[in-house]
Amino acid sequence: MYPHISHQKDKPILDVRGVSVRYNGRVALDDINFHLHVGERVAVVGPNGAGKSTLFKVVSGVLPSNAGVVTVSGSEPTVHSCIAYIPQRSQVDWNFPVSVADVVMMGRSAKLGPFNWPRKRDWDFVNQALKTVEIGDLSNRQISQLSGGQQQRMFIARALAQEAELMLMDEPLTGLDTPAQEGLLDLLDTLREQKVTVMVATHDLEQAAKHFDRIMLLNKKIVAFGEAAVVLHSDNLLHAYGGRFRTVEGKSGLLTVDDSCCDEGEHDHIH
Amino acid sequence: MITFINWLVEPLKYEFMMRGMIAAILVGIVCAIVGTYVVLRGMAFFGDALAHTILPGIAIGYLITGGARDTLFWWALGTAIIAALGIGAISKQAEIKEDTAIGIIFAGMFALGIALISTVRSYAVDLSHFLFGDVLGVSTQSLWLIIIFGAIVLLTIAAFYKEFLTLSFDPILAATLRLPVNLLNNLLLGLIAVTVAVSLQTVGVALMVAMLVTPAATAYLLTQRLPVMMALAAFFAGMAGVIGLYLSYYLSIASGAAIVLTATVFFMLAFLWKRMKRI
Ligand SMILES: Nc1ncnc2c1ncn2[C@@H]1O[C@H](COP(=O)(O)OP(=O)(O)OP(=O)(O)O)[C@@H](O)[C@H]1O
Ligand SMILES: [Mg+2]
Repeated sequence: MYPHISHQKDKPILDVRGVSVRYNGRVALDDINFHLHVGERVAVVGPNGAGKSTLFKVVSGVLPSNAGVVTVSGSEPTVHSCIAYIPQRSQVDWNFPVSVADVVMMGRSAKLGPFNWPRKRDWDFVNQALKTVEIGDLSNRQISQLSGGQQQRMFIARALAQEAELMLMDEPLTGLDTPAQEGLLDLLDTLREQKVTVMVATHDLEQAAKHFDRIMLLNKKIVAFGEAAVVLHSDNLLHAYGGRFRTVEGKSGLLTVDDSCCDEGEHDHIH
Repeated sequence: MITFINWLVEPLKYEFMMRGMIAAILVGIVCAIVGTYVVLRGMAFFGDALAHTILPGIAIGYLITGGARDTLFWWALGTAIIAALGIGAISKQAEIKEDTAIGIIFAGMFALGIALISTVRSYAVDLSHFLFGDVLGVSTQSLWLIIIFGAIVLLTIAAFYKEFLTLSFDPILAATLRLPVNLLNNLLLGLIAVTVAVSLQTVGVALMVAMLVTPAATAYLLTQRLPVMMALAAFFAGMAGVIGLYLSYYLSIASGAAIVLTATVFFMLAFLWKRMKRI
């Protein structure tokens, strides 16, 4: 079997202490400290290059930090196979010759163990996961034939097939139209019952305020972390976004940030 | 009809044609299946470089043994594995861009190989066999080596099918599932290396990349499922081997070139077919 460790129930699902990351000497994350409880959902917001993707990679154990420790349910992340990193859609080769069900089955590679082929139980698991995310009818589709919202749902299904307990979603809402965004956020709410802890990187402060328990405002350091009403304060936003922002009164009375965000361009650097 | 059957059967009277045919089909299948990963992971340049880089190893074997073909396989295999892991390690360093580093090493090693072989007086024929293959010169012993090592490659790919699939599609997923990513990457490089050694006599180092890439790319045009892609690629490569050898026999073309040209024609037909379908 590939390594899998049991969880210490009394420990926070995620505990990050003093974590710093540098790429070739350039600071990407600086002294990050926070912890999450089981079942929490947290939005991570911050300008381009704030270190959101980097934070997720360190938390999932695929990128070593230069300083500090990350613990997941009491042990280091690299011994867990229950952490799902859901990539930015721009990072995926959508022409890869696989079907939706194939991708979701990949989530079970670790549980299957070496040399084993999927059995009926695993296919049941995959089909159930696809039903949960409401794309059960698309299981035989080639992945390039999915809409943006369906692509995200497929990855959530893969995380469910992985039996993930900590889900890190990198900008799942970027590039989706409003109904698809709302659908996805509703789906995240239904996952709440499964006690999955979720961190979502996003650029949309209003949605972050509406759908998440806490908001982490990140710009290399944690600028603020807590409930929306406290975090989305114009001083904090000014601090995080600098001059690149302009506040707009949102529908719900909250501040909305109009930063120079977009998901194009800067992404060739990632791994 | 009878004449056509005669036409097909005639070359097979010769044992060397028979052996060459079997070798070309087997090598085609192995190359095509390994090539599926080469194409999907964008490793064509790596494959080409690796094939060229083994020339000095072959050259040393050639100088030491005085040109005995059967032992050359082992020299090719050893050099290919060392070169694959070496190139794999180099591409991880950050000072020079990966393709630049590979280009420098591959051209340098290739030149070294040619220099070594050229120290022998009548080297031209042997060199051309190393470069372009000599499938009709496959001995029974070489054929066994192709069968055994080809089988090892195919069995390894079957055993690690889901791991290679996961790693190729989403390396970060493979890492978060705690699959042994480095081991699997090196294993794949090793498999490409063994494939290169196995294919040496059929197509030679200069044409090797075509066998790795062309049938797999042809299949990729026609399907969107990995297992089907592998099966189609293997079929096209095997057919290219057979048709290529007949062409070689009746038109007196160099065998390696005939096989590669046939595979290239398949690719162009698939490409045109796909274009037409779109209109
Ligand atoms: N592999 C890498 N090598 C070098 N620098 C990197 C690498 N990955 C990220 N960086 C740099 O680290 C910083 C943080 O990047 P990161 O991708 O984590 O930001 P982000 O908050 O996810 O940004 P975005 O909103 O654009 O996705 C950026 O300045 C980026 O250029
Ligand atoms: Mg990012």
